[in-house]
Amino acid sequence: MFWQKNIETLPREQLEKLQLLRLKATVKRVYAKVPYYKKLFRAKKTAPKEIKTLEDITKLPFTTRDDLQKNYPDGLLSVTKDKLVRLHTSSGTTGKPKAVFFTEKDIATAANNMARCLTMTGVTKSDVLQNMMSYGLFTGGLMMHYGAEKIGALVIPAAIGNTDRQLLLMQDFGTTSIHLTPSYALYLAAIFEKKGRAFRKKLKLKRAYMGAEPYTEETKNKIESILKLKVYNSYGLTEMNGPGVAFECGFQAGMHLWEDSYLMEIVDPKTDRPLPDGQTGELILTTLTREGMPIIRYRTRDLTAIIPEKCKCGRTHRRIMRIKGRADDMFILRGVNIYPQQIERVLMSVAHVEKNYQIYLEDNDKMTVKVEITKKLFDGNLEHLKKLQFDLTEKLRAEIMVRPSVELVEPGTLPVSEGKAKRVFDNRKIY
Amino acid sequence: MHVKQVSIFLENKKGRLLDALKALAKAKINIRALSVADTADYGILRMIVSDVPRAKAALESAGFTVKETEVIAIAVSDQPGGLAKILEVLNNAGLNVEYVYAFAEKHENDAIVVLRTENIELGIKTLTNAKVKILEPKKVYSI
Repeated sequence: MFWQKNIETLPREQLEKLQLLRLKATVKRVYAKVPYYKKLFRAKKTAPKEIKTLEDITKLPFTTRDDLQKNYPDGLLSVTKDKLVRLHTSSGTTGKPKAVFFTEKDIATAANNMARCLTMTGVTKSDVLQNMMSYGLFTGGLMMHYGAEKIGALVIPAAIGNTDRQLLLMQDFGTTSIHLTPSYALYLAAIFEKKGRAFRKKLKLKRAYMGAEPYTEETKNKIESILKLKVYNSYGLTEMNGPGVAFECGFQAGMHLWEDSYLMEIVDPKTDRPLPDGQTGELILTTLTREGMPIIRYRTRDLTAIIPEKCKCGRTHRRIMRIKGRADDMFILRGVNIYPQQIERVLMSVAHVEKNYQIYLEDNDKMTVKVEITKKLFDGNLEHLKKLQFDLTEKLRAEIMVRPSVELVEPGTLPVSEGKAKRVFDNRKIY
Repeated sequence: MHVKQVSIFLENKKGRLLDALKALAKAKINIRALSVADTADYGILRMIVSDVPRAKAALESAGFTVKETEVIAIAVSDQPGGLAKILEVLNNAGLNVEYVYAFAEKHENDAIVVLRTENIELGIKTLTNAKVKILEPKKVYSI
């Protein structure tokens, strides 16, 4: 099923023509209206007129997470503020967030892309979508909501939590599709197992969309077999409108990325050189239609590869593989993006712990921060150590919204990796 | 009057106490008294040793986090109520005792007790006024 068959199956040649047209317009726009981009362009000795083909994109500067934070709150706008209708921020921590702004048209485009995603997995206006994602600054809730409404499906804005009510809603309103995080899906699976087959028979569930956190094929399979529905992989990020950037079609062999909205590249994260289709590298995205806050060559830090072959579904927009990992040390725990630097800031503020720490992630969202007790932290008093442990736990919880377990360890017991110190040991089976 | 005590941070892991004691043995350091304070995951080993600077160097080069702290060593008459009498003095002066432990050896028929009060200077003054026998550091290290 197609939402916009013409565009979704547009011959490559025409699609690329459209991309080039939009790229040129976007580049011109940011150069003229966003002083920060003008500065970046000049530093790279480039200008809009250099863009003659799609390949010329490599002449443009990258935009990094740092650039977005540096320009917080509204340094990258390319329209006057009265044109804006919405802002979202990257998933929630107390550090400086990344703010992303939308005009009315930007919201409409994002909703339209979402509608394409849902339609290609079979959603029609007779479906009932229970949206179990948090509504608010996080893009996940609202953008899915808009996409489903656009199709004409009945949306239940259930948001996250209160499982008894979620189950009641599913049962009473005949929910066919759910949108939720994989960790909540696993929790639901456990409840379904307890309630037994008779309960599942009362429900009309057909499909689940899982997002906001990475998950493994095993998790997906487990959820499919217990909830008895199809799980569709999706990809999105706040900086690029949130969910609906790329999505699986009915053939479920990679995620179609909407190339009329985004120009994608894969580069080697170490050398920044472009990689050919099929090779794994960092996904770089340029917005092609965004008005409020266009972004040029955004470094997603997500590792994937472009699948060059044509998909059996007939769509010409190329697919990307499921995300294989991160090019930086960010990790996601219970839907929250966490950078080791945030942990470090807390450790510094409480105890000048500096570099003597490591983060361990285990299954079931368990996070342990090991802190080396160096001379500076040790005065021979046991009560002071206990207080340090308590303070670190509380301050970390306030910073990252997840309560870690803090362990005090002897110096030199943390494994040292060659060269750059390794901070995060992710032992979860997610990628 | 301040006796130097060596404190080591120890994880509650098999063999760590032994590692610390081995490091001291290798440096030919005698342990006069020791005590361990611990939680479920980590603890502090406190010791009075024959040579503080050398003990500290030996432990640090073996990778331990070491801190020198000051404590008071007192002679306690070896009879029922001997220590209680002394602690009562501190209690009456409103001074908290953070920890206390005893030497294995005696000194001139007295038992030797190491204690740490929250304010060391005030502790020494209070004990001196109450005529409690406080031992000189030099004597303590060589008992």
